[in-house]
Amino acid sequence: MAYSEKLLDHFKNPRNVGTLDKGDKNVGTGLVGAPECGDVMRLQIEVNDEDGTIKDAKFKTFGCGSAIASSSLATEWLKGKSINEALSIDNMEIVEELALPPVKIHCSVLAEDAIKAAIKDYQEKNGLEVSPETENSHH
Amino acid sequence: MTNKRLIYLDNNATTPCDPRVVDAMVPYFYEVPGNAASRNHPFGWAAEEAVDYARDQIADLINVDPKEIIFTSGATEADNLALKGVYEMYSRKGNHIITVKTEHKAVLDACQKIEKMGGQVTYLDVDDKGLINLEELEAAITDKTILISVMWANNETGVIQPMKAIGEICEKHGVLFFSDAVQAVGKIPVDPKETGVHLMAFTAHKMYGPKGVGALFVNRKKPRVKVTAQVDGGGHERGMRSGTLNVPGIVGFGKAAELAKKEMAQDAARLSKLRDKLEKELSANLEEVYINGSVENRMPHVANVSFKHVEGEGLMMTFNQEIAVSSGSACTSASLEPSYVLVALGLGDDLAHSSIRFSLGRFTKEEDVDYTIAELTKGVTHMRNLSPIWEMYKEGVDIDAIEWGSEH
Repeated sequence: MAYSEKLLDHFKNPRNVGTLDKGDKNVGTGLVGAPECGDVMRLQIEVNDEDGTIKDAKFKTFGCGSAIASSSLATEWLKGKSINEALSIDNMEIVEELALPPVKIHCSVLAEDAIKAAIKDYQEKNGLEVSPETENSHH
Repeated sequence: MTNKRLIYLDNNATTPCDPRVVDAMVPYFYEVPGNAASRNHPFGWAAEEAVDYARDQIADLINVDPKEIIFTSGATEADNLALKGVYEMYSRKGNHIITVKTEHKAVLDACQKIEKMGGQVTYLDVDDKGLINLEELEAAITDKTILISVMWANNETGVIQPMKAIGEICEKHGVLFFSDAVQAVGKIPVDPKETGVHLMAFTAHKMYGPKGVGALFVNRKKPRVKVTAQVDGGGHERGMRSGTLNVPGIVGFGKAAELAKKEMAQDAARLSKLRDKLEKELSANLEEVYINGSVENRMPHVANVSFKHVEGEGLMMTFNQEIAVSSGSACTSASLEPSYVLVALGLGDDLAHSSIRFSLGRFTKEEDVDYTIAELTKGVTHMRNLSPIWEMYKEGVDIDAIEWGSEH
């Protein structure tokens, strides 16, 4: 099974690896997956106070190459988006962009879940109404 | 494939064919094309002679009578023939088989089929070194027990079971002893008769021979063991396995056995040094490196290593354009379950997902191992820099105390 160039690039040169301050109220953190399942994704967003757009996104992922590339790609896509735009990111877009094989689709699902979990965390922290999409988990 | 340097450290999956084996096989595709069962012309005689010679070479490697070698298509077929063949042949004596949770799937799946056919199977646990408990084995024997099936050396960890002691228990209770010895034959001295093994499966392609040919050793005297054929046809192989013999494959198998007998000791000595170097240097370069399985009782060329908080398949992707190894990580299988062998050793799922199996071989060079050490060190560091659980671990967070929500 050969991986796509894009996937390999995101895996070897992952974008936006790192950690944002969890305590910052503008930061939302999503931690999904479980070590015993072989996948843990932590995705964080930092939202701009003034216009409500995502000004920064960071991730760290324990998992296979597809999981790492999916989360790297997700952070790239998140930057500059509004919360609503971010909520509309669908896992199948990640599948297409990285040409994930069928056995790796769950990695893209995990990335979508991580985005939603991060948004939910941000909304809860700031006393905002939690978007119903974030409850729409795949599990 | 590219012109990049490629390193093969997956010899437990299959070994390259030794060029000397290939040379021995070539004439039997065209120049000597006969069917070994054609008894009435020179083509058949020449093929039969070649098969007889190979049978002698193989019997000589494991110190048995050539008449005790039944050729098959490989070890999976030999495993099936031994287990199902004994189950059917000895059904009047009993229906109980004892095996081990860390056996190869060819044994475990055949045992499951036997359970569906009405048999009873006990699956023994192993300890944290991968070894069975002899008292548990003895206690599991009943008056219905007809067969004990224990693999000689494990494919994932290289752990060698206490074969001689198991043989003594079988002898004491009058139970047949079968071993899947695929990973051991040709790599370490294997003598089934001296060990009390009555049936033994092995294959050419794990000992520098060709794929598609294996054998079942079936003891002929004291006790005379019989198995019910699982493939019916022309009554080849003393009626135990019908089908035209794979003459070139068998010739290659024979040559591989002859070479193994000559070179096994020097290969093992050289490879165990390289293996030890690999383990030692990885453990020195990196934190939280765990060697899986018994270090005292294992094959000389195998290292099964877990790198904590690094997912095995992801790690493999950092170097798998150049280095071939295998992983117990779930991601390498469709099932999303980590290696059942490592789980049976009591490894947590996290360490099982983090495992890499290195299996060295006759054609592994020291520079290959040096390059692998360097690439693995880089790869593990890359993956740990990316790993949220490594970060938590370094911050002193108790990872087991976190409630992980996902069902993935």
